[in-house]
Amino acid sequence: MSPRFEPIVGRYLNFNLLGRPHRLYIEETGQGIPLLCLHTAGSDGRQYRGLMNDPRVTANYRVIAFDMPWHGKSSPPEGYQNEEYRLTSKSYIQMILEVADALQLDKPVVMGCSIGGRICLYLAHQHAARFRAIIGLESSPHVAPYYDVEWLHRGDVHGGEVSAGVVSGLVAPTAPDNHRWETLWHYLMSGPGVFKGDLHFYKVDGDIRAKIDEIDGKKSNLYLLTGEYDYSCTTEATLDIGRRTGAEAVIMKGLGHFPMSEDPPKFIDYLLPVLEKIRAAK
Amino acid sequence: MIERIPDLVNADANLMRRGRHLSTTFLMEVGDKGYLIKIIEGRVVSVTPGPFVTPNYSFALRAPKDEWEMFWTKLPPPGHHDIFALFKRGKLTIEGDLHPFMANLLYIKDVVAAPRREAKQ
Repeated sequence: MSPRFEPIVGRYLNFNLLGRPHRLYIEETGQGIPLLCLHTAGSDGRQYRGLMNDPRVTANYRVIAFDMPWHGKSSPPEGYQNEEYRLTSKSYIQMILEVADALQLDKPVVMGCSIGGRICLYLAHQHAARFRAIIGLESSPHVAPYYDVEWLHRGDVHGGEVSAGVVSGLVAPTAPDNHRWETLWHYLMSGPGVFKGDLHFYKVDGDIRAKIDEIDGKKSNLYLLTGEYDYSCTTEATLDIGRRTGAEAVIMKGLGHFPMSEDPPKFIDYLLPVLEKIRAAK
Repeated sequence: MIERIPDLVNADANLMRRGRHLSTTFLMEVGDKGYLIKIIEGRVVSVTPGPFVTPNYSFALRAPKDEWEMFWTKLPPPGHHDIFALFKRGKLTIEGDLHPFMANLLYIKDVVAAPRREAKQ
């Protein structure tokens, strides 16, 4: 194999985020309409590596993925050792808007998966005017806890191993082994308590069931894509949001909860028509 | 199916290596039939079918027979492909001392799913 650089450029942005100085790791590539990508709970921006390496996407879109604070190569804020990390809908929304402002993005498309797919519903509800379009991957309005998240952060269980174990079944059984294990690796190496802190938003704070009927899926250009093997954000939940908001909802065959990471080529086949529609509506 | 677990797991050196710090006995119920799965340092040393007089195990995984049969197919349909999927649908119960289960979750999932490896369809 001859050495080859990918077209992705990664940089650290120093700025005030959520009222505190932060050092955030951001990757980007491509040109055109900004496409701001949000990773899943307990993972990082590498989930979008497939998109960033596909010229069919990057020819017309500037693909940007940031690691949330505490995740990937982004640091937690100074003093983190004295606090418990807990993501809330309020802080998550503010984070996305502040990152978009710091990067001076003009009406970006935002695309998020899982917790990112959930926050897309909040953005469609509260901040639709800020975005050209909103693409929710694995979006559901609420997921009730079905296991005790205390297992994810305790001294006598390896946090990375148990987090990967919890999410492993959310990858479709048809996913290629290399992408399955890359996806799991991001969980295996996650920081202690970070996945659990994200799940505070996913399972406790971020319940948007009561607001779904107030979302205008057409006006907010909301698109929903969900993998058939996802038992966390279920296909039924996604289709229900589609029916109630008018958003276009598509169930993706042979994909699970991490479509962009577990099988990038298969996912991109589903994504491209959406990106083309958004571009055509420009 | 379930009786094949020791041969299938013990033939996989990587799987045994991943479970090398686990020694426990857990119960699997396939419908009304119970099996005690004994693991020593990642090797499955026995699968003992019930009935039991005083079974001694750390944790138990219980699901109806038709659920396990679907779970053990070569390519299970959505909702049937992972024990957490069965669990979330209310078809599988997990109880007992969950520490060995959660601390070795990736390994246990592969042990339990081992019969899938030689499924015809």
